[in-house]
Amino acid sequence: MSLKKHVKLGLSALALSISFNSVAAEDPIKVGILHSLSGTMAISETVLKDTVEMLIEQQNAKGGVLGRQMEAVVVDPASNWPLFAEKARELLAQEKVDVIFGNWTSVSRKSVLPVVEELNGLLFYPVQYEGEESSENVFYTGAAPNQQAIPAVNYLMNEIGVERWVLAGTDYVYPRTTNKILETYLMDMGVAKEDIMINYTPFGHSDWQNIVSDIKRFGSAGKKTAVVSTINGDANVPFYRELGNQGIAASDIPVVAFSVGEQELSGIDTAPLVGHLAAWNYFMSVDNDANYDFIDQWIEHTGNEQAVTNDPMEAHYIGFNMYVEAVKKAGTTDVDAVKDAIIGVTVPNLTGGYAAMMPNHHITKPVLIGEIQDNGQFSVVWETPSLVAGDAWSDYLPGSRDMIADWRKPMFCGTFNTATGTCGASAGEMAAADE
Amino acid sequence: MSICRSLTLLLIALVCLLSLPATAQEDDPGKALLINLADAPASKVEEAVNAIVSSGDERARGWLEAYGNNRLSRVKDTGQVVLVLNNRGRDWEIADPLTGENMGEMSRRELDRVAINNRIRGQLEGILAMLDLNAKDPDVREASAQDMMGKVDASLVAPLEARLEQEENAAVRNRIEEALAIYRVGEGNLEAVDVLAGSLHPRARAALNEAARSDNQELAASATKALESIEQKLKLNRAAETLYFGLSLGSVLVLAAIGLAITFGVMGVINMAHGELIMLGAYTTWGMQQLFPGQPGLALILSIPAGFMVAATAGIIIERSVIQYLKGRPLETLLATFGISLILQQLVRTVISPQNRTVVTPDWMSGSLVINDALSLTLNRLYVLAFALIVFAGLMLIMRKTRLGLEVRAVTQNRAMARSMGIRATRVDIMTFALGSGVAGLAGVALSQLTNVGPNLGQNYIIDSFMVVVFGGVGNLWGTLIAGLSLGTINQLLEPWAGAVLAKIIVLVFIILFIQKRPKGLFPQKGRAAEG
Repeated sequence: MSLKKHVKLGLSALALSISFNSVAAEDPIKVGILHSLSGTMAISETVLKDTVEMLIEQQNAKGGVLGRQMEAVVVDPASNWPLFAEKARELLAQEKVDVIFGNWTSVSRKSVLPVVEELNGLLFYPVQYEGEESSENVFYTGAAPNQQAIPAVNYLMNEIGVERWVLAGTDYVYPRTTNKILETYLMDMGVAKEDIMINYTPFGHSDWQNIVSDIKRFGSAGKKTAVVSTINGDANVPFYRELGNQGIAASDIPVVAFSVGEQELSGIDTAPLVGHLAAWNYFMSVDNDANYDFIDQWIEHTGNEQAVTNDPMEAHYIGFNMYVEAVKKAGTTDVDAVKDAIIGVTVPNLTGGYAAMMPNHHITKPVLIGEIQDNGQFSVVWETPSLVAGDAWSDYLPGSRDMIADWRKPMFCGTFNTATGTCGASAGEMAAADE
Repeated sequence: MSICRSLTLLLIALVCLLSLPATAQEDDPGKALLINLADAPASKVEEAVNAIVSSGDERARGWLEAYGNNRLSRVKDTGQVVLVLNNRGRDWEIADPLTGENMGEMSRRELDRVAINNRIRGQLEGILAMLDLNAKDPDVREASAQDMMGKVDASLVAPLEARLEQEENAAVRNRIEEALAIYRVGEGNLEAVDVLAGSLHPRARAALNEAARSDNQELAASATKALESIEQKLKLNRAAETLYFGLSLGSVLVLAAIGLAITFGVMGVINMAHGELIMLGAYTTWGMQQLFPGQPGLALILSIPAGFMVAATAGIIIERSVIQYLKGRPLETLLATFGISLILQQLVRTVISPQNRTVVTPDWMSGSLVINDALSLTLNRLYVLAFALIVFAGLMLIMRKTRLGLEVRAVTQNRAMARSMGIRATRVDIMTFALGSGVAGLAGVALSQLTNVGPNLGQNYIIDSFMVVVFGGVGNLWGTLIAGLSLGTINQLLEPWAGAVLAKIIVLVFIILFIQKRPKGLFPQKGRAAEG
């Protein structure tokens, strides 16, 4: 009797677990990947798609989340900004994905914002950007200006003794906003207007002769000069080549770049660039076992012994793990529950520390300054003593000084003006209004 | 200094005492020096470097060079300092810095880099240059004396002066005197200003500028005067420099456009895939460099015929498969070739990689040709300029002096008449298109030395190419040359005061207005050909 009962119980438990398993198999957590696989941005974004795919594979090998497997849904917005919005709508409305990892350029993010807010999705954005934004539905795992630009300028000012500044950038929103912030910051620090030179070039600019020669001239005024470069993408390669050819060494006029990573350096002979700087929150060369493991996994995943890792990849690593933790904490993939749960979630980063999700949907990061080496890697020469929390609204722009973002109740607002005590339009509404 | 030295001695003694007397090598003083350097906190690095220099060890130069290049590492387990021979990938090849013996590969997890920063590297360059000042070759001595400029500090003055006493070569003497003068101007020495008065070197100017701002009235006045005379000389140099920049940008435009001048200008085919043919040439260079690893120069030279062949073959395929069926329908040709360009781009992305490829610049093409301290011509652009002119001359020869050229001109002027004279027009079409495409491939080989080799390479040049051909006058090779060079020069003249973005816009507006006035471009074709 009791034996029979046990068998029965065991059988029903078995049946239950089978049915539960089959439910889990039928109902995976869908992860949308919204990165360009063709067009101009494919150079940077393809690796991010591969990164998320690798992280999903690893998570599934560990048994998934909440007993559910994860499944990647990949779309290709083809470096076409309006297409980003369409593809985001496809992911959320048709594919019904639970979360999206995607975007690189700010303009593509602005295009996606209204859609993600309207359909109440979750978007993890992995790239350093100009700030001045905080959306209920977006998590910014890349650096805000105070996590990259300002510390880098402080380093140059205090450690190298730079007094004269060239702000060189590609002509679009990120460099323009960053340079506006930096200009205000430098003038607050007592730098004279004639000691700041600002220069913009078009995307993919390849003829740098005149600009480099201008920089050389600007640098011979007897004050230590540095270039703060927000030059984007592959325009950097001819820029650095011209610097090398015109004989500007890092010991004369150092260049600190915010958009040059291991990926960009892999397309260039770095010998003439040794000693030039970059500011990021992660370098592939960081001496840390978690990082080395990540690199080993990445090389195995890509099957390419020369594959490099970079800062936005680490941002996706952090963002992905934060999402997994938040889902575990919430016990569901329900968007609102995850949004609530993720604030305060802390996961290890790859540089030996921890990243925490702040109430303004930005995360804490260390700021590292690295020097370019002849093997296409960076060696870390300076690091902020503690983690820096991302600031959605810069303190160095007139309109944004009074703004704060806090996505905890009761404030629950990304554009709260402390001077007037009111909550402004949402990031998506502002992006839609700009169009 | 003596404290530092005795400290080092103490350290050596300490290390010797602590280390196990296993082999004779353990007594090598170099080992202690290196460990001292590796252990030094940022504030003590300078002392450690000085200790190595003053040890007089003949291996010191190699160590310091390795240190400057981030090639000194410590084995985490044993604390041994090693030289990293190859630091690419996950396993690094290392060697013993004391004996030079190769120690095989070691995982980089086991190695800890001996840290260096820009400040130390600057000093190190000064020290290495000082060591090089004793070299036998006067060119090496001059180069190192030039490196010393702006890097002289109090500790280097005495050895430099001693060196100046012995130096016989006038050029080297001048450099050393300038290097010393830069330091002395910084110290407020009035006579040193006169030494720098004629110098065009940016560091000399930097020193004078600083002096001109100083509180010492007399010094400031003479520095300002010296600067004025330098400014005069600089103006001339700047004009020459801008002209060179313009011609160099122009030569790039000419190279990119000259193939189009044949396919579009002579044949009248609007080939939107022209940029992608350039891209194919650039990828051929990359491919050749993969075939000949370690010989970038040879690979580049071989790429010239190879790039031509690859692009010409691609051109023939495009002509046979698409363009021949769309003769006389420019709109459809435009759309079809635009489609081909997208297909070629995505093909490269899928087959090779969406990432840019590294094309190595051979040694003889990097750096610059120094005319004087203020004017130097970058070598890679100088070569491209010469290459553009050679390609142009070659094309002119083909069009004017060969049978193919004659037939091309005949077919484009009057197809029916040419055919009735026994010219196989279809064959001429193929040959012409192949020639134009092949020249685009040559442009790609040259551009691989100036810009990124990636799937988007062609897109960046297609608009400029059409602009040059239309501006120069369709169907006229001379027009293309003049248009390319003048557009390049105008662009570079505008850039300093208008900025790169605005300069491009101004040039574009200028061309639009020009075409309104003279729809046929700079050199319109005359006579019957004009109607054809």
